Amino acid sequence: MNTASEIPEPEKTLPSSTVKMFPPPVRKKLRLTNVRIVSQVFFFTAFLVLCWLTWTSRLEGYPVSRILEMDPLVMISTMLSTGYVYRYLGWGLLVLGLTLLAGRVFCNWICPYGTLHQFVGWLFNVHKAKENFDRNRYRDMYFFKYAVVTVLLIMAAMGALQIGLLDPICLMYRTVATVVAPMVDMSIDAIPGIDPLWVDQIKFAPGVPSRIFVGSFWIGLFMLVLVGANLYVPRFFCRVLCPLGALLGAVSRFSLVRINRDVHKCTDCNMCMNRCEGAADPQAAIRVSECFSCLNCIDDCPEDALSFTMVGLDTKQVKLLPDVSKRRMFFAGVVGALGYPFLKIHGTNTDANFSPDLIRPPGSVEESEFLEKCIKCDQCINSCPTNVLQPATWAEGGLEGLWTPVMNFNIAHCQLKCTLCSEVCPTGAIRKITVEEKLGKGDFVEQGPIVLGTAFFDKGRCLPHAMDIPCVVCEEVCPVSPKAIQTHDEEVKTVFNQVVVLNKPFIVPDLCIGCGICQAECPVRDDRAVYVTAVGESRSSERSLLLKKRSGSG
Amino acid sequence: MNDAETPNQPSNSGASSSPRKKPIQHPEYQKAPMERRVFLGRLGAAAGLLGTAGYLSLAPEKWPLSLRDSTGLLSKPVLKPVRLDDFRVAKPIGQTADVGIGRGGTPDQMLRKALDAVGGVKHYIQPGDIVLVKPNVAFDRAPALGATSQPALIEALIQMLLVDCRAQEVRVCDNPIESPSDCFMKTGLRKATEKAGGRVYLPDPNSFKQLNTPGATLIEEWAFFHRPFTNVDKVIGVAPVKDHNLCFASMGIKNWYGLLGGRRNQFHQDIHEIVSDLSIMIRPTLTILDGTKVLMENGPTGGDPSNVVTRDVVMASLDPVAQDAWAFQHLLQRDPHQLPEYLHKAELKGAGRVDFEGRLREIT
Repeated sequence: MNTASEIPEPEKTLPSSTVKMFPPPVRKKLRLTNVRIVSQVFFFTAFLVLCWLTWTSRLEGYPVSRILEMDPLVMISTMLSTGYVYRYLGWGLLVLGLTLLAGRVFCNWICPYGTLHQFVGWLFNVHKAKENFDRNRYRDMYFFKYAVVTVLLIMAAMGALQIGLLDPICLMYRTVATVVAPMVDMSIDAIPGIDPLWVDQIKFAPGVPSRIFVGSFWIGLFMLVLVGANLYVPRFFCRVLCPLGALLGAVSRFSLVRINRDVHKCTDCNMCMNRCEGAADPQAAIRVSECFSCLNCIDDCPEDALSFTMVGLDTKQVKLLPDVSKRRMFFAGVVGALGYPFLKIHGTNTDANFSPDLIRPPGSVEESEFLEKCIKCDQCINSCPTNVLQPATWAEGGLEGLWTPVMNFNIAHCQLKCTLCSEVCPTGAIRKITVEEKLGKGDFVEQGPIVLGTAFFDKGRCLPHAMDIPCVVCEEVCPVSPKAIQTHDEEVKTVFNQVVVLNKPFIVPDLCIGCGICQAECPVRDDRAVYVTAVGESRSSERSLLLKKRSGSG
Repeated sequence: MNDAETPNQPSNSGASSSPRKKPIQHPEYQKAPMERRVFLGRLGAAAGLLGTAGYLSLAPEKWPLSLRDSTGLLSKPVLKPVRLDDFRVAKPIGQTADVGIGRGGTPDQMLRKALDAVGGVKHYIQPGDIVLVKPNVAFDRAPALGATSQPALIEALIQMLLVDCRAQEVRVCDNPIESPSDCFMKTGLRKATEKAGGRVYLPDPNSFKQLNTPGATLIEEWAFFHRPFTNVDKVIGVAPVKDHNLCFASMGIKNWYGLLGGRRNQFHQDIHEIVSDLSIMIRPTLTILDGTKVLMENGPTGGDPSNVVTRDVVMASLDPVAQDAWAFQHLLQRDPHQLPEYLHKAELKGAGRVDFEGRLREIT
């Protein structure tokens, strides 16, 4: 019986004629698995570069959301929820086509989240080969991802899109946007004496104060737990939870190429299980739906019994379909069908009862449609130059709206001539708008400006109203013309016997666009004396404040 | 099968030198390269699948079956607006009266007198008609408080429609401010309707349609409680006469407010405009004013029996503007020179004429 130490190094994964062109030291490196690693490094780097490019000074028409748009789960789930394929989501066909060709190649050659998991698993793998055999054997719980994707797709079809919670690409973008990028930036800022020119090049968000994201702790913790799970179950997320992997697994039933084991050569040494990423049982009947096409098993096979090939389908050697019982799928379907009303009745995000802080970025579609489109990837948050966009917490959006973008005007305001969030949104939850449309100019005069909410005064805290102290920063910064904050001017004698002119501000709700700059600049720093709430937003007639065309509105 | 005599693959020398512990899993295994036909078939299937998906997601928006939405505007739900028929019926030839007033007797007798004054109910309702009756059920209040239509009158009307006019069906509907179920129960209108043989329609989320009203200022397109109007032939409004805090009086025209959906609480920003819009939103066959219990103050909710004055008047009218003007003056007993502005606006919009002189007929 051969053991791992006696196995000679195989050199047979590339066509021999090609291999012979190179000297032996190079030959040793010419493995398909190494090609795969190059691909993984490339896509992981590309992902980080795209995140880095998603910044106001760098965006010059680069397709910064392309990896999201290539995600077929995003394409299929939004098509189910809205009936349409938005803008660039057709790119998802690329990954689907690749899967039809060669199985779940995406999972181990492209997916940056998969790469992260594989890397972490490799880094902390202190197990012997024999232990790895067991760790990489297929386990019953790996069916769970198929249940996850079933639940999520049924909910999407009914109108509650929740794939973003677990879709690996959304998860990755969200974590980088709200946790990794601001952490990197803050760390760079902490280095004393670093050349500012360098800082501008390497920071994700150069030229602004350190960005903060409310509730990012939970996003970071979510990521940490999922990545940490690799120490107990290798590629726990990919094998157990990933809805995208499950979707591709189901599709790979049709793939032309797959791993094939020549049983006449196989000695049952189990070495193929040493580094099997997908727990696809290459030592027995290969589970096509679980195989990540990582090709490690071919690399590790001492007998050359395994190949990545197009042989005919011998049902005894292949398990084409995911190992899920009808009963489990039925149960998942029921959970999905009940999941929709269960999410909705929570009622934090309905027209009858919505949080005043649920202020959506400009270009956002009406809320129920928004929730059919938003995948919580937080690319909009990544692109926002003022830091006003924040991942919604439970308080603003409930579970259904968790980590979707909302505006927090205590932190910053929505810049008048900026539409970046609408440019980068891959699904059209924030529809692509122009500055002209945002401000209601040109072709959009009749429709008027996009209104995010309405400003209100707390006269008990406002300096001129409550304390006879001149102020009106709010009126000064109000960007619309004529100004939506106007004043009643009056002269008063203060307790110190001085005569001051007080400009007591008030809101003209017809003119207010809810940009929040009055709130952001208000000197009453904790509970602002002027604040914007969601009512009056133009995307929804159900949440409007004023009657259109009323007499006396000019 | 020839694998018995010729092994498919010469076995690896390393492997053959050490005996296997277990047999090969499937001794009958044969390496089976994919046949050309199978390969082409599967390639075709993959291409077909991708091609279909590709067409659906990439074809220009105007092509048939394309699911592409490059602007994000297509997925916005589009509500197709509907229009209402004109339910008016021409009055009998030679009749001058547009407003009938019935006085004295039971509600049933007063109603009959008022209807006879404008030509009799049989002139307006034909056998086999589906008739919609719209009372005012706005609040969860007892009928004695005068905030809602009186059940006795509704019962009498429905019986008259079903028995005298041989109407096919009588529907009763309203979209009250408070819980519809409760309102219909506590105003006694559900009981009255069902006793007389009518059917109550309550609003649910699927009952509304966008209604297009040409000429309206505020509700050119607005959510409307449309389900009870399906296939309806005749419409009769039955309204109480009430004081109203904002628009001074709530009578026959204001009653139609109860068919609106959506954010109707905004309409108080321009109340006279909306009430005049209501006067052309729906063109009823008849409008009946219930003057038996008039809410003189603290309207439109009332709440104290002392706010209510009992009179023995029921009105039926073909001109709701003239009817409201008369009721304002004679039932609410307000200054005729301070008519609510909405009546003048309604006249401008063509709903009727404020001046009722010479168009009244009273039967006592």
